Amino acid sequence: MRANNTLRTTVLGWAVALLMFFPIGWMALTAFKTELQAVSTPPVLFFKPTLENFAAVFERGDYLKFTLNSVLVSFGSTFLALALAVPAAYRMVFHPTPRTGSTLLWMLSTKMMPPVGVLVPIYLLFRDAGLLDTVTGLVIVYALMNLPIVVWMLYTYFKDVPREILEAGRVDGASAWQEVQILLLPLAWPGIASTGLLNVILAWNEAFWSLNLTTSKAAPLTAFIAAFSSPEGLFWAKLSAASLLAIAPILVVGWFSQKQLVRGLTFGAVK
Amino acid sequence: MSQTLDSSRRTLPLVAPSVVVLFLWMIVPLAMTIYFSLLRYNLLDPGSRGFAGIDNFVFLLTDPAFVTSIWNTVVLVGSVLILTVVGGTLMAVLFDQEFPGRGVARVLAIAPFFVMPTVAALVWKNLMMHPVNGLFAWLLSSIGLEPIDWFTHYPMLSVILIVAWQWIPFAFLILLTAIQSLDPEQKEAARLDGASGLELFRFIILPHLKRAISVVVMIETIFLLSVFAEIRITTSGGPGTDTTNLTYLVFQFGLQQFDIGSASAGGIVAVVLANVVAFFLVRSVARELKPGA
Repeated sequence: MRANNTLRTTVLGWAVALLMFFPIGWMALTAFKTELQAVSTPPVLFFKPTLENFAAVFERGDYLKFTLNSVLVSFGSTFLALALAVPAAYRMVFHPTPRTGSTLLWMLSTKMMPPVGVLVPIYLLFRDAGLLDTVTGLVIVYALMNLPIVVWMLYTYFKDVPREILEAGRVDGASAWQEVQILLLPLAWPGIASTGLLNVILAWNEAFWSLNLTTSKAAPLTAFIAAFSSPEGLFWAKLSAASLLAIAPILVVGWFSQKQLVRGLTFGAVK
Repeated sequence: MSQTLDSSRRTLPLVAPSVVVLFLWMIVPLAMTIYFSLLRYNLLDPGSRGFAGIDNFVFLLTDPAFVTSIWNTVVLVGSVLILTVVGGTLMAVLFDQEFPGRGVARVLAIAPFFVMPTVAALVWKNLMMHPVNGLFAWLLSSIGLEPIDWFTHYPMLSVILIVAWQWIPFAFLILLTAIQSLDPEQKEAARLDGASGLELFRFIILPHLKRAISVVVMIETIFLLSVFAEIRITTSGGPGTDTTNLTYLVFQFGLQQFDIGSASAGGIVAVVLANVVAFFLVRSVARELKPGA
C-alpha cells in the first residue's frame, strides 16, 4: 500500500515537473537544430546537434551589446537600490521611531502603483531629459521600481542581526556609518546578497519599461528578443538559441535563490 | 528618551533619500497623469493643446474598446488566478510528499517563473501554438483532428495559458513553503485519528494555507493587472480588441496614437483599480507587521 502510494506520487510528480518544463526543454532542443528541422512536421526528435544558431546569434555584433545592456541595467539598478536601501533599513531596524511601521507600509504601497498609470509622464519626462533609450534611464526606473522590495527584504534580514553587537559598537564610540560598515554589513552579508540577487532577477526579466523606454541603443535582452516577433520570428532555431542564452543565467540564479524569492516577493509575509 | 529622540534625529538622513525618491517617483508622475487627463493633448498636434475638463473620461467611458478592455482585464486576471492557485495548491500538496528525485523535479517545475516574458510569449506563439509548424498542431493532426489557429480563434485563452504557465510556479513555490511550515505532528495526529487524505487536505492543510493563498492572490493580482509583453508579442491586443487589457489600451492611446489626454485618463482608471486591490493587500500584510516585534 505504502510502496504503491510512493510510486504514484513519483510518477505524478515527475509528470507535472516535465510538463511545466517542457516548453523550455523543447526550446533548448530547437536551439541545436537547423532551421529546416526546427519547423518540420512531424517534429524531429533525433538529429545531429549543430552550433550554427549560436554562431549566427553571436555574429550579429549587437547581440553582445544587448547582453551588456541587460547586465548593466540589472546590476546598476541593484547597486543603486542597495545604496539607498541599506541605510534606510538600518535606521528602521536599529533606530525605529513610532512612524517606522507606517513608512514601511507606505513604501509597500508605492509598489502597487501600476506602471501604466505613470507611463505617459515618465515617457515625456524621459524624452525631455534625454533619458529615452539610455541605460541610465532604465537603471533609475528599475532601482525605484524595486526599492520597496529591497527595503522590505533588508528590513527582515537586519532584524535577525543581534542588536547587542551593534549596541556594543555604539558604546565603544562607533559612528552610525562605522556601525553599518564594520558591524552590520559583514553580519548581514548573506541577506544583502540574496536581496541583490532577487533584484537582479526582477530587473533582468522586466519587460514593460524596457519595451516602452528603449528602442535600440539601450535595449536589454527582453527587448531584443521581442524583435523576433517581427519577420525574424521565422527563424525558430535562431530565436531559440538567442532565447536560451538570454534565460540561462537567470534560470541558474533563480534555482539557487528560491527561498529568498518567496521571502522577497511576499514582502516577508511568507518565509 | 532624549537619547532615542536624538538618535532618531541623527539617523534621519539615512532613511530620507529612500523616502524622498520614492515620493517623487510616485507623486510627480501621478500628478502629471491627473493633469494630462484633463487636457486635450496630442503629441502629433501640439498646437491644439488646451483644457478639456472631463472630456477625456467621457470619451474613454463611451469608447467600446474601454469597456472591452476592462472586461478583458477581469477575465485575464481572474482566469490566471484560478488556474495558478488551483494548480499551485495541487502541486504543493504533491511535492510535500517524499519521492525519488523530488528536488530536481521541483527545480524543473518552477523554471517557467524565471523565463523572461518576451521569451515565454515567443516560445509558446511559435514552437507550441503555431497553426502549421507548432507542436500542438502536429499533436492534434496526429490524432486526426484539425489544427487550431490559437491566436486567431482563441486569442484570450492563449494569452491566459501563457501567463498562467509563468505564474503557476510562483503560487506553487509560496504554497509549498507554507505547507512545509505545517507541524508534521498535526498531520500525523489527524492520520492516526483515521482522517482520509481528502479530509486531511480539507480540514488541516487548506485552513493552514488560507493566509498564503490570500498573499498569492493579492500579489499576483498586482502583477497581472499589468500584463503587457505577452500581449504585445503574441496578439498586439487583437484580433480587434479581443485581448486588449487596460494596460495595453493605455499603451495604444499613449505611445501609438500619442493621445496623451486619453492615455492619462486610462492610466487614472488603472491606478484606481490597482488601489482597490492594494487596499486589501496592505491591510493583510499590515496585520503581520507588529510594531517593535
